[in-house]
Amino acid sequence: MQLTEMRPDFERADGVLAGVEPREWLFRGIVGGAALFVFVVIIAMIYELTRQAWPAIDAFGLGFLTSTTWNPPSEQFGAAPFIIGTLVTSSLALVLGTIIGVGSSLFLVEVAPRCVRLPVSYTVELLAAIPSVVYGLWGVFVLGPWIQHTAGPFIVRWFGWLPWVEGPALGVGVFEAVLILTIMILPTIVAISRDVIGAVPRSQREGILALGATRWEMVRIAVLPYARSGILGAAILGLARAIGETLAVALVIGNSTQVPDSIFSPAYTMASVIANQFREAENDMHVAALIYIGLLLLIITLLVNAGARLLVWRVTKGQITTVIE
Amino acid sequence: MRIFHPRFGPAGGACGLALALVGAAVLAACGGSRGPLLAEGTASVTASGSPVPAVDVSGIPPDVGSSDEAQITAAGSTFAAPLYTRWFIDYRARVAAGVRSNYQAIGSGGGIQNIIRKTIDFGATDAPMTDREVAKAPGIQHIPTAIGPVVVTYNINGISQPLKLDGPTLAGIYLGKIAKWSDPAIVAQNAGARLPDADIIVVHRSDGSGTSYTFTDYLSKVSADWAEGVGKSKNPQWPKGIGGQGNDGVTQYVRQNANSIGYVELIFADKNNLPKAQLKNASGEYITPTTQSASLAAQGVTLPPDYRVSIVNSRTSGAYPISTFTWILLYREQSDASKGKALVDILWWAIHDGQRTSQELDYAALPADVVRAVEQTLATQITYDGRPLLRAGR
Repeated sequence: MQLTEMRPDFERADGVLAGVEPREWLFRGIVGGAALFVFVVIIAMIYELTRQAWPAIDAFGLGFLTSTTWNPPSEQFGAAPFIIGTLVTSSLALVLGTIIGVGSSLFLVEVAPRCVRLPVSYTVELLAAIPSVVYGLWGVFVLGPWIQHTAGPFIVRWFGWLPWVEGPALGVGVFEAVLILTIMILPTIVAISRDVIGAVPRSQREGILALGATRWEMVRIAVLPYARSGILGAAILGLARAIGETLAVALVIGNSTQVPDSIFSPAYTMASVIANQFREAENDMHVAALIYIGLLLLIITLLVNAGARLLVWRVTKGQITTVIE
Repeated sequence: MRIFHPRFGPAGGACGLALALVGAAVLAACGGSRGPLLAEGTASVTASGSPVPAVDVSGIPPDVGSSDEAQITAAGSTFAAPLYTRWFIDYRARVAAGVRSNYQAIGSGGGIQNIIRKTIDFGATDAPMTDREVAKAPGIQHIPTAIGPVVVTYNINGISQPLKLDGPTLAGIYLGKIAKWSDPAIVAQNAGARLPDADIIVVHRSDGSGTSYTFTDYLSKVSADWAEGVGKSKNPQWPKGIGGQGNDGVTQYVRQNANSIGYVELIFADKNNLPKAQLKNASGEYITPTTQSASLAAQGVTLPPDYRVSIVNSRTSGAYPISTFTWILLYREQSDASKGKALVDILWWAIHDGQRTSQELDYAALPADVVRAVEQTLATQITYDGRPLLRAGR
């Protein structure tokens, strides 16, 4: 193993620490314990969720993922409307958030003068500190009516020929949830992308500029490829927040168990159905089904994270990795 | 042995209604008309196990528990929370300074779960416990404390008179079968109103709620399609519409969307000046929801001993059709004598003097016949060590 050579001098090849203070063991114990703690919590969560969801897992199996029936009084449960709602809203928010987030990061790093950069950076980071219920209420009282009376009719009129664009806009629905989520994940994406783009070495930029590139070409050729793994990481963190967001979405998405057929349809997400129905669940099977959704949400989050790691690994194979790694 | 306390309440004004109610009880007892109210085979927890005969409660003053001392914890219904909180404050101030109470408005479902696990002294719910829940809590007793009407509200531009609807039409709207305000079924009931040729935007609750339960209970009674397709539930599978969180959420969506319809509690509709639809009751009258018309819904209903009874679509003339009892849940056999006595005494006060507070707070009061039935239940069914707690220890 390579590791042997990397060992510090004071550690002998037989693994016995020579002359190391007990403090070293203490340190190892503490950080090891901290790492173990996180691991144990995740395992305990999966175990407990599976245990409590078992009646529903037993009764509905994997059909739970594809069934669109959600009927608590007759104890028929399927999570498809919620899974679809979560995936649609968070992936659309991811696309919008990444475009806007990376765009504004590039502006901040490459274009904006210093006197603009700092205040704008702080403002964007401030967005992260706003509680989600405030976003939700803003969505209900400001964004909703605006979409209903201004943006919605406009979009339906000019883009109604597109699939899944159909009116009338209600003031709640998929589109609103996507906009709210986009705004909520922006600070994460901007903050990380900005640092990652800023970390691209000066020499890269200077080299390409010396070859006569325009600023756009410099960004395209020298900056973005260098920063892409970091930007991907930023986007994934944003996605994780979008998938798990509960309250703001519950306030604006319309909470309908019908599968949406338009961006203006009301829909439902996995997190918001748990928030809405857990407290006044109809029966034990209802509770189990809601916990089953919670388990699926956890699994989806783990898969997204694993997928992101894989993506980052593949994109950066053989390249210098950047700060986010 | 009966020991009557001669004092009829420290607050002089407080005894008027109580006297009237007690008087009514005496008259009813004399007339022998109490029989049908308490169904036969009343679950009895007396040592002998025989049905408990009607007892004379005419001498028990509303403030029978004035010397009680106890710390009571309770939880449940958010709908009834303002009422119970106020009751506890009033009770402590006017009747028994030694009774401290703590009510947590965690929702009806939470109230039921907690009383099943016996982590609280009483629970409170707007939807009666299901048979399965009752099976988990042997010896549980429902006690109705007030009546809550559910109001159908709407947002239609340009109509000045209150919207009139009958049950099947309302069910049709929520089923999506009646999709426009200009539908003949609606127009026929609202002669002279200029109803728009617009799609109806249906708004319902997104959170599990006793209000939804009452509303769908009514729709199930008046529409076979609803009963078969959706049924009554705190969390029904709504065939159509958008879901708002709580009464606030529904109100906001109805206000925000022209041509919408929704349902909220009466208190909420009054506080926010929402338009209230008149609903056609079982006697064919269109009734405006008020505390009075809601009280009438409970009048003349045959009450089972456990009080788990629906009062929607009441046959009583003048009754508003979508109302429900809100219940307190407690165990018939109490495990702590002084706490149990304080509980029974506070309920005794609540169904008498407390009913005036209900009306101040826009809850509908229990009609006299229900009060008489509850008097019997409290006097005979709530026990410690097999002996009725009301009047015990005085």
